[in-house]
Parts: sequence; structure tokens; C-alpha cells
Amino acid sequence: MTATSTSTAAPPEPVIRAPRSGPAARWLAVLRSPVGAGAGLLLAAVLIMAVLAPILWTDDATKIDTNAIAQGSSSAHWVGTDALGRDLFFRVLVATRLSIELALLATVIAVVAGLILGTLPALVGRRLGRLVTALVNIAVAFPGLLLALFFAVVFGIGAKGAVLAIGFAGAPAFARLGQTLVAGVIERDYIAAARIAGVGRFRIMVRHVLPNIAEPLVVNATIGAGGALLGFAGLSFLGLGVQAPSYDWGRLLGEGLNGIYVHPAAALAPGVAVVIAGLAFNLFGEAVAKGLGQSVVVGHLPPLPRRRSARASGPARSAPSDSHSDTVLEVRDLTVTFPGPAGPVRPVRGVSLSIRRGEAIGVVGESGSGKSLTALALAQLIEEPGRVEAAQLDFLGADLTAGARAHRHLLGTSFAMVFQDPMTSFNPSRRIGGQLAELVREHGGLSRAEARGRAVDRLRAVRVPAPERRVRQYPHEFSGGMRQRAMIALGMMGTPALIVADEPTTALDVTVQRQVLRLLDSIRTADDVAILLISHDVAVVGQVCERVLVMYAGRIVEDLPSAELLTGALHPYTRALVAAVPDMRTDLRQPLAVIPGRPVSPAEQPRGCAFAPRCPLATDKCEQEDPALVAHGPGHFVACWHAHG
Amino acid sequence: MTSVSATPRAVTDWARGATGNAWVRFAVRRLERLIVSVWVLLTAAFAMIHLIPGDPVRAVLGPTASPQLVQAKRHDLGLDQPLYRQYGHYLHGVFTGNFGTSLGSGLPVSQVISQRLPATLLLAVLAFAVAVLLAIPVGVLMSVVTRAGRARRIELTFTSTSVILGAIPEFLLAVALVYIFGVNLGWLPVAGRSGPDSYVLPVLSLAIGPAAVLARIVRIEMLAVLQADFVRTARAKRLRSTAIYLKHALPNAVTATLTLGGLLLSAMVAGTVLVENVFAWPGLGSTIVQSILAKDYPLVQGIVFVYGIGVLAVNLVVDVALALLDPRSAIRES
Repeated sequence: MTATSTSTAAPPEPVIRAPRSGPAARWLAVLRSPVGAGAGLLLAAVLIMAVLAPILWTDDATKIDTNAIAQGSSSAHWVGTDALGRDLFFRVLVATRLSIELALLATVIAVVAGLILGTLPALVGRRLGRLVTALVNIAVAFPGLLLALFFAVVFGIGAKGAVLAIGFAGAPAFARLGQTLVAGVIERDYIAAARIAGVGRFRIMVRHVLPNIAEPLVVNATIGAGGALLGFAGLSFLGLGVQAPSYDWGRLLGEGLNGIYVHPAAALAPGVAVVIAGLAFNLFGEAVAKGLGQSVVVGHLPPLPRRRSARASGPARSAPSDSHSDTVLEVRDLTVTFPGPAGPVRPVRGVSLSIRRGEAIGVVGESGSGKSLTALALAQLIEEPGRVEAAQLDFLGADLTAGARAHRHLLGTSFAMVFQDPMTSFNPSRRIGGQLAELVREHGGLSRAEARGRAVDRLRAVRVPAPERRVRQYPHEFSGGMRQRAMIALGMMGTPALIVADEPTTALDVTVQRQVLRLLDSIRTADDVAILLISHDVAVVGQVCERVLVMYAGRIVEDLPSAELLTGALHPYTRALVAAVPDMRTDLRQPLAVIPGRPVSPAEQPRGCAFAPRCPLATDKCEQEDPALVAHGPGHFVACWHAHG
Repeated sequence: MTSVSATPRAVTDWARGATGNAWVRFAVRRLERLIVSVWVLLTAAFAMIHLIPGDPVRAVLGPTASPQLVQAKRHDLGLDQPLYRQYGHYLHGVFTGNFGTSLGSGLPVSQVISQRLPATLLLAVLAFAVAVLLAIPVGVLMSVVTRAGRARRIELTFTSTSVILGAIPEFLLAVALVYIFGVNLGWLPVAGRSGPDSYVLPVLSLAIGPAAVLARIVRIEMLAVLQADFVRTARAKRLRSTAIYLKHALPNAVTATLTLGGLLLSAMVAGTVLVENVFAWPGLGSTIVQSILAKDYPLVQGIVFVYGIGVLAVNLVVDVALALLDPRSAIRES
């Protein structure tokens, strides 16, 4: 459907991706990330403490000292002592093992019970499977603690009952996870192949499905262990978990809370221990989960050297700058810069143009040529970290180089934008009428009723039927063509001097495309509105515009009257674009014409002419020096060393 | 002129004026789910007593009680009847507001619950209100400050703080708050329910964790919405930034926030149990723990049922609110 299709002959581009690695290597990579390393160390410390503390300090933790009953912290007892004079510091350390053991046990129960519930629907018949799924869905809706309380009643008070309670309370969540994971794997080809080969359901589950869902399951179990630890602390704290003389953190916390006014450390120390251990499991699990998707670090943007390149504002093209009063937009040496991983990237490099009242100018180029960014930059709508700079950027006499904020009302009413996809360009949660009216309420100070009246009027002007009804509708109740008309109506809510239309017809059906273009054209002639039409479609631009700017790699390479487009184009790129448009005479038995190679990425602009690598006429000079945009006839400018009109 | 291309069929129906039908379908489906859930809850609460290994009556009365006494108590509770009759009796009781009699106090369970429920309800509602009122402004502010990779240090601080606050269980937060504001500063009461100041610590203990999680979600959702084309349109209209963030972006970030908010709220219902026990709050949470410890099974059964209904009610309210805010999602689902 596009006029310019890229590369067929070019070798496949090397794709930069993280080195492929097995599960072990990936876990290792997680441990190398700062968060992963920190959480891993913390977790290791907790686990080592769980193993060693009871061996080393059980005696210290159980030694009853009647001389030091319920003391606060001292040099002998860092955290103080309990009602029997036992040292609480050692008790907290020794309690690590029981707390962790019980939490892990509960997690194992949760995972196993969850897996059974989660895989059951895939193993048993459809009806029973549905029943299990429905029950799991209901159980998941209840918070884990409530389920734990329920099961604690059933299984009885004490460590055993609490382990079962926390385990079963966690099962529905793992069942849901298991179902999702199994459903993701079971549709794959190798499962289908195994099934056709006559492998039984159970065997498929054990041999083919479970190994493939093991990794996410382990990650979630790690996070789940943190939850189980906290849940268990809660139950023990309530007195429903570990019973004396055993003790875990929850129990120590519950005992300590009663005396919090006397010696708060007795309550705080086990609390801190629970939080540290819980966080260790949680953060480690999260770090592993995140470890699979690498996030891109956006580099900082160095200041742009104020480069006044002679080539961009070439001598021949600077002529229009002796501005006429009927100039709507005047821009010289416009650049757009984004920070990239390997230094700043400049997708728009020195674009200069001027638009007069009522003029229709087209901008064409392949995707990635910088034409849309140019449009956004002209409107000062490029967001950080992107940066727009220009030697001159005047709109109706207002200097926009310092930003658009000062000229908010002028731009809001006179500078209209029409975007490519009318489906996504309206706010889905607000009525069309309100979205139109908003503009004049903001900039024109109109009342609600007046603004609404104008919205109806403008919708009628763009030939939307039944506008009184339409203003009350939501965007999704509009068809694509109607939505784009509404978008144009939005631009006409003020008194536009310029409409920048960025691929306004690309998302529309061919028949609707023509209507929208005709509408734009009629607005232009009726109200003397200038139009900047951006399109990758040379044919569309040729129909509507008087002048065409051809962009390549962020620069204008040719500026010519559209009448000359078909026969008088001088730049090899323009010619290739035109040649790539199929028409009625195109011999369909031949492959469609394409432009060989692919556009240069903005990150690797060559020194010379950016088109040289794809150009049949390219010489050494083209690769060394970038040609300036110079006149080759009346109203015709070309940036090419080999343009000979 | 209705939309046909590139929109789901349900949306097309909606646009054609099949609105009524879609709403009825949604309501029927939702009601169906509610009824099944309530039935499962009722049955689970009923089954609880029968799932307990051994004889619950013997467990209550202790090993020294005479067999006659045990038999009499069993008869009082109706446990000597066949299971299906007990079940019928139980269902009938629930629908007539009769949840049986507390073994401990001899009071009707419904009376104990109606005495204790308001304190818990007020706690949960206040905590949710505080969580939302904290989370949305903070989340929006953070999304604005940190959008497009700006202010990375603030982002890092915010993210790590909210992760940690969100991971600390409410009862530990409660202990920390008691220590700071009750013990150390002596500003606020740490136990019981009396004046308005007695609400501060329990409500904060319940609200801070969910607020942190919610603020993070609001920020992430806002960042996603701020990337949307319609926000660019709003910027092209040269609206004030506040209007762009609050009128255009926020309403579109609410759906996911509310979905998660519902989960947090139903978790909060359960979280009250622990927090009430830290603050000796005279609500259902402290009652249920006492009655579990005292093996007062009819009371436990009744309170479990009330908590379950609370969770189901929260889920229902969230679903309906979602349907009203984003009709397309509700209708697509049904």
C-alpha cells in the first residue's frame, strides 16, 4: 500500500539482543544486578542465620535468668529479656529457623496444592475442570488472611494447623497462576505433537508442561514465601500459630507488644526481623522476575553545540526569510535531538521552510525520514527528553524558539493539528462535544452553551451529519472517517491560519481518504488556511498540494512544485519515490519497484549525503560531502551533487 | 453511521443501541456470580465445623466433661441431627438472621456481630478513604515529575519507598506506629476506641501500605496514559498542564487503579483483624480471634460469614463502578 517499500536486497540487519543463555546463566545475571545482588545477599544471610543460629545460640536463648526478668536493653542483653529473664536478642536470632522453616513448609503446601488445582482442569474432563476453575476463581477473590483464619479454625490452633492454614490459603493464588501458565504452554506445537503421538494427559503434564512453567513458578514461589512468612508471623502474633514453649518471630512480637511502653525493643526486634526476612524473599523474587526484561537506560543529553551549518540554511534557500506579511510560518535550521544510548540522536537536521497564507505544502518521505517529528517540532509539541532548536521559528509573527507557553492562546486557536489515527487521538472517556468545546472555553472564554453551539456548528461545517446528536457521543461511536472529520472540526474551533495534518488519511479507507482530503482542500480555499500535509504517499500529496518537500534522513532533499513531481524531479530519491508508486499502467507481472537498501538510522548519519549508500548515481564526493539545498530553477531546490535539470 | 471496522463486536452493538441488552447481560452475569459465591461462602462456613477433626463440642467442654453434658450440648447445637437437616437448618437460620448462639457468652451470634461490626466497618472505610486520598495525588504528582525518564533520583526514592512500605504487613506497621507516636512522642492513644484521635493510628496502619501500592500503580498507569495519542491532542489544544493531567489523563488511568484498589480494599477487610488486635479495637477482628482461641465455633462461623460477605460486597461495588466508568470493558466481558 505504500509507495516506498524498503529493502529486499539488503542483508538482514544484525539484531542486538541480550546474549542467549540458559536458566542458570540468567539467574546469575540477576545476581549481578544491584537490586538482585542486594536482595540475594540479604536472603543468603537470612538463610545462613536460619541454619546456624539454633546451633550456636540455643543455650543463650533458653537460659532462664531470674535476676534479669523483663529488662530493657543493656550491654549484657542488647534487646533486653523476657518475663523469664531469657535474652531476647538470641531468641530473635534462634527464632529465624522456625520462622523460615514454617514459612517454606507452608509455601511448599501452597505450591503443590495450587499446582494440583491448577493442572486439574487440563487433566480431568471438561465439566469437572470447569467446576474446579470456578471454585478457584471464587476462592481467589477472598484475601489470604481470611482464608488462613478459616483454615486455622479447621486445622486447629498450633504450628501444624497454622502451616496447613497458610499453605491452603495460598493455594488458590498458585492455582490461578498454574492455570494461566499451563494454558500458555498447552497450546504449543510440541504439546500437540505429543498428544497426536498418543502420550497420555498426565504424562504430557509431567514431562512437557511442568518443566516449561517451572521458572515462573519458582519465581512466584519465592515471592510467595515472603508472603507466607509475613502471614505466619500474623497468625503467631494472634496466638493462633506457634505455641509456647516454641517461639517464632510472630510469637515473640505478640509477647513483646504487651510491654511496648516498658521496653519497646522486645516488640521492635522481632518485627524488624520479620520485615527484613520478608523483604529478602520478596525483593529477590521481584528481581528475578524483572531480570528477564532489561530496561533501557536513557543517557543524559549533552548540550547541543550551536551549530550554524551553512549547508542547512543554504544561500539559495534563505531567500524567503525576508518575510512577507502573509507568511504564516517561517522556520530556519530546525533540529530535533533525542538522547540515545550512544550519544544524542538527531532525527531532524536543519529543516528550513516557509508557508504562506492559503498555501498547501506537502512533505513526503519514507517512515523514519523525520517528517512527523518535523511537524511536531513546528508545533512545539516535542516532549522531553527530545529537544527542538531553530535559528528562527516564527508563527504569525510570534517567536516560538523560546517555547510555546507564552503564545498558548495564539497557538491554540490558530495552529491546528490533525493526527494520523483518529481512533486514538480523541480521549475515549469524554464526549466529542466536550473535547471540541474545551478548546474555545480555554482560549476564547466562551460559556459552556456558546462553546457547545460552536462545536455543533463546526461539526456541521465538516459535514458530520446530525451534529446536535453527535456532540453527545463518545469517540468510539464514530466511524473512522467521521472521527477524522471531528478532528478537523477541532482544528477549526478557533480561527486556524495553519493546519498541520500528519498522515491524516493513512488510517482510513480509500473512499473516505478522498473525502477527507477534499474537505481539507475546501477549508483551505474557503478560509485561506495554510495546510502542511505530511504523508508517505506521493500520490496523495501530489493531488492536494502546490509544493512538495521531500525529506530524507532528517533533511529536505528536494523542494519542488507538485506539478513537476512526476516528470521534473531531480533528486534520485524523489525519482525513486515516484517510480515506486504503482498506477493503472503498472505491469503487475513484474515485481513492484522498490528503493534498494534501507533508510539510515538517525543514530548513524554518514558524513556525506545520507542517500548515497542507496543511490545509483553515488560517487566518492557524495560519500564525503553533504550537498546543500540549492536552486535548480524557479521554485525548485535540490540537495544533490548529481542533479542536473 | 456507526463504527464497524476495527472495533470489537460488542462495541458495535453498543453503538447500534443494543445498550440495554448489554447492560442486562452484564447484570445477570454479575448476579449469577454473586449468588454462586455467596452459596460457596455459606457452605464453607457451614462445613467448617464439620471439617474440624474430632468432636468440636468435646473440644469446647474439655476432656473432663460428662458424656451427658456433651450429648446435651450436641443436641442444643443440633449436631445430633443428620447433616442435610443441619444444612437446611443453617441456611434457614442465615436467611432469617439467626446465626445461632455463642458458646462463650450465650448471646445470639447476630447480636454480638451487630455490636462489633460498626467499629470494624468504620475502620475499614476510613482506611480506604485515606489510602485513596493519599495515593491518587501522590501517584499523579510522581507521574508528572518523573515522566519521560526525568528526575530519576526522585523516581528511585519513590519506587523503593513505596515497595518497602507496601511490603510491610499492616500489623508490623501498626507496632512501629505505636512505638513512634504512642511510646516515643506520646501524641496518640495506642489502644481502644474512644475519641477521634484513637482512630488515627489504626487507620494509618491499615492505609499506608495500600496507599503506597496504589500510588505506584497510579503513577505507572498515568505514565502509560500520558504516552497516548489523545494526550498529544490535548497538548495540541494548548490546554493548561493541570487540565491535561487531571481532565484527560487521570480519568483514563482510573480503571486499572480501581481494579487494584478493589483487591486492596478486600485485603483491607482482612487486615483489620490483625490491626484490631494490635490496638485492642473492639471490632469483629478482636472478637474472631478470641472466639477461635475459645473454640466458640458458632461465633467464628458467623464472623467468617460476615467477613466473606464484606469481601463479596467490595468486589461487587468495584465491578459496578468499573462498568459505569468504562462501559466497554464491562460489556466486553459479558
